[in-house]
Amino acid sequence: MSKKPQVELRTTPHLHAPQDVVVIMRNVVFAILPIAAWSIWLFGLSALMLLVIVTASCLITERLFTMANGQVNTLGDWSAIITGLLLALTLPPAFPLWMGVVAGFIAISMGKVMFGGLGMNIFNPALVGRAFVQAAFPVAITSWTPALFEERFSQFIPSTFTAPFMIPVTLDNWNLQYAVDGFTGATPLGLQKFDGISTPVLDLFVGNSAGSSGETSALIIMCCGLYLAIRNMLDWRIPFYIMLGTLLTAGGFYYINPQQYPEPLFMLFSGGLMLGAWFMATDMVGSPVTPLGVVIYGLFIGFLTVIIRLFGGLSEGVMYAILLANAATPLIDQYTTPKVFGHRKQS
Amino acid sequence: MGFFSAITRSSFSHGLHPPSHKAETAGIPIKRMPFAPLLIIPLSQHIGAPSRCIVNKGDEVVRGQPIADASAALSVPIHAPATGRIKSIEQVTGARGTMETAILLQVYDASSQQVLWRNPVDPASLSSEQILQAIQDLGLVGLGGAAFPSHFKQRIPDDKMVDTLVINGSECEPYLTCDHRIMLERPEHLIAGIKLAMRATKTRRAIIGIEDNKMDAVNVLQKHLLNEEHISVQAVKTKYPQGSEKMLIKSLLNREVPAGGIPLDIGVVVNNVQTLSSLGQLLPVGEGLIERVITVTGPGIKHPGNYRVPVGTPIGFILQQVGYSGGVNEFILGGPMMGPAVSSLETPITKSCSGLLVLNEPGIQDETRMIWPCIKCGRCVSACPMHLNPAQLGLLASAAEYQQMADDYNLNHCFECGCCSYICPSNIPLVQYFRIAKAINRELAA
Repeated sequence: MSKKPQVELRTTPHLHAPQDVVVIMRNVVFAILPIAAWSIWLFGLSALMLLVIVTASCLITERLFTMANGQVNTLGDWSAIITGLLLALTLPPAFPLWMGVVAGFIAISMGKVMFGGLGMNIFNPALVGRAFVQAAFPVAITSWTPALFEERFSQFIPSTFTAPFMIPVTLDNWNLQYAVDGFTGATPLGLQKFDGISTPVLDLFVGNSAGSSGETSALIIMCCGLYLAIRNMLDWRIPFYIMLGTLLTAGGFYYINPQQYPEPLFMLFSGGLMLGAWFMATDMVGSPVTPLGVVIYGLFIGFLTVIIRLFGGLSEGVMYAILLANAATPLIDQYTTPKVFGHRKQS
Repeated sequence: MGFFSAITRSSFSHGLHPPSHKAETAGIPIKRMPFAPLLIIPLSQHIGAPSRCIVNKGDEVVRGQPIADASAALSVPIHAPATGRIKSIEQVTGARGTMETAILLQVYDASSQQVLWRNPVDPASLSSEQILQAIQDLGLVGLGGAAFPSHFKQRIPDDKMVDTLVINGSECEPYLTCDHRIMLERPEHLIAGIKLAMRATKTRRAIIGIEDNKMDAVNVLQKHLLNEEHISVQAVKTKYPQGSEKMLIKSLLNREVPAGGIPLDIGVVVNNVQTLSSLGQLLPVGEGLIERVITVTGPGIKHPGNYRVPVGTPIGFILQQVGYSGGVNEFILGGPMMGPAVSSLETPITKSCSGLLVLNEPGIQDETRMIWPCIKCGRCVSACPMHLNPAQLGLLASAAEYQQMADDYNLNHCFECGCCSYICPSNIPLVQYFRIAKAINRELAA
């Protein structure tokens, strides 16, 4: 023996799987980046600023709360970055930055810290933030701008720099000036719902349409989600069953009356469904852990989304569908607890 | 055979696939370990009453001679692993860190490998009762790690019926290959042992279950079993913890041992490969169990392999023989998922120890590894072979709700396989939590 042996004592198991929380969270951030890049390409400087400011707001909020509570710094787990990025991606690109700061603050403080931090939150924090600003700033959050407008990399959308607590300028004139022909300031879902105009599914799939910063390209979102699923960092069953639930529900209505209701594929690729299904509903903290629970959870979200979109006052329903399903998760888990090995089936 | 049978191969549900690390030793034939100058032979190497010492300090003993006898029905004798003089009978540190009584045997330099004390019998003439007695006299215990006295396991109560003898050759723990080598090198001993066990338990059918990463062993045994109609070999999926008897029974027979029950309740007795191989080897010649095959391996070892080691050999002596480089190490008796790390290099190899694994600094988990909050990823739930909810149990454990863990979440079904701790991305030491919870519950109940 060349070196003096030194005995280490550990408890079993002595091996550990290589993936830990930080690795998973970091990879989720990496998977979101292409979606963020696409939103910057579509909407330019305003989308970039919104991403940066909202994420910074989330990080600072989390750090302030951990300092105030005398806890260790938890920014190293990367989860606040995920919340910030996802939240920014669900906001319209013209969303005033000060409102983004509010959204980030609410997301972390009321969505996460209030429940006890990472792992303890009931709802997806990003969606809590978004739900708050949806109620607080109903006009700003439905003010849409066209994708790919020409000067997007040389100028901001005017509403971006609205002074705090001020009402942003309306974008109607600006839209008229810069928008490509025929832009009416509505998302494909809004057009469908309120004007009965449908957008080609292919446009939705690729993503060059109006909408929230990061929601527009189903293709990119699916690719990024699949990356995580292949690396076993995302439960593919959740987006699968959400999409299935959406298709089945929307398909049912379409079958009953194709004139009145949109086709199922339109439902699938429009609005925030893809981003919600792949990146929000799959938030491990708020989703069920039992195999059957995951199925119920996914189908439930898909079903609710379509119902809210078709019969609710809003054109978009993914957010509330996921929040409601988050709330139902403990119940779903409890009722789908698998049979313990060696127990007889309950008669 | 082929792809189709490989994907449809039967298995239990859940479990996981840790890196196997078996290639380092699987191809190396079993070698004999020389006698250590001093053997430390604990009196309690099995489950049940400790053996009763029948030698005194200063006595001379020959290799194979009984030095302790069975003190109760659930107890076994111990035989001298080498010729020498009893140095003392004293308290030593055992594998689990507690003090226990051991016989210290000073081995003579001239001690030979020949077993000088034996009590041969003709197995063909024995009744099943006599076979059980002979098994006890050998000092045979479960060599897979449980150390349950074999004669007691094969004794079927009058109100129970056993239809199948399952032979556990799955060896699901990473690193370990000793059972694999035994199946390859001593198939005739194994088959002789199976036949004896079938007579002792009065069973008509025996199935050898082997994980499909050891198809060479499956093939060797199939060749030897061509003329045996009651003994069969079945490959099962390579998945941890396939070697847990409840999991293996599920895989082979699709029967579930009832919660809180034992395999006997569903007509099955499970024996480890090395246990029955030792039975088949030792019973006809009447020698006691004085040595066993262990896998010595791990990143800290220069000459990994499988070694036939006399019971009582201190692990420090083994390390000298296999080229151990020193440094900060973890020394694990058995496999890395369930084997205990020992606190002292004086710790002896006992009958139930299946391996000596030396993990060095890079292999050891980082002490400063952060424990993150549970993010409810559900990986532990999909890994638990008992279909428990380790995440929920872990939350309750941190709230010290130990009784609720047992009452509402089936804590006591956990057999500490380590799947949940292994897979947990938050590094939560779930198994340790459960061990503490069980211990506290036991104390409260007492």
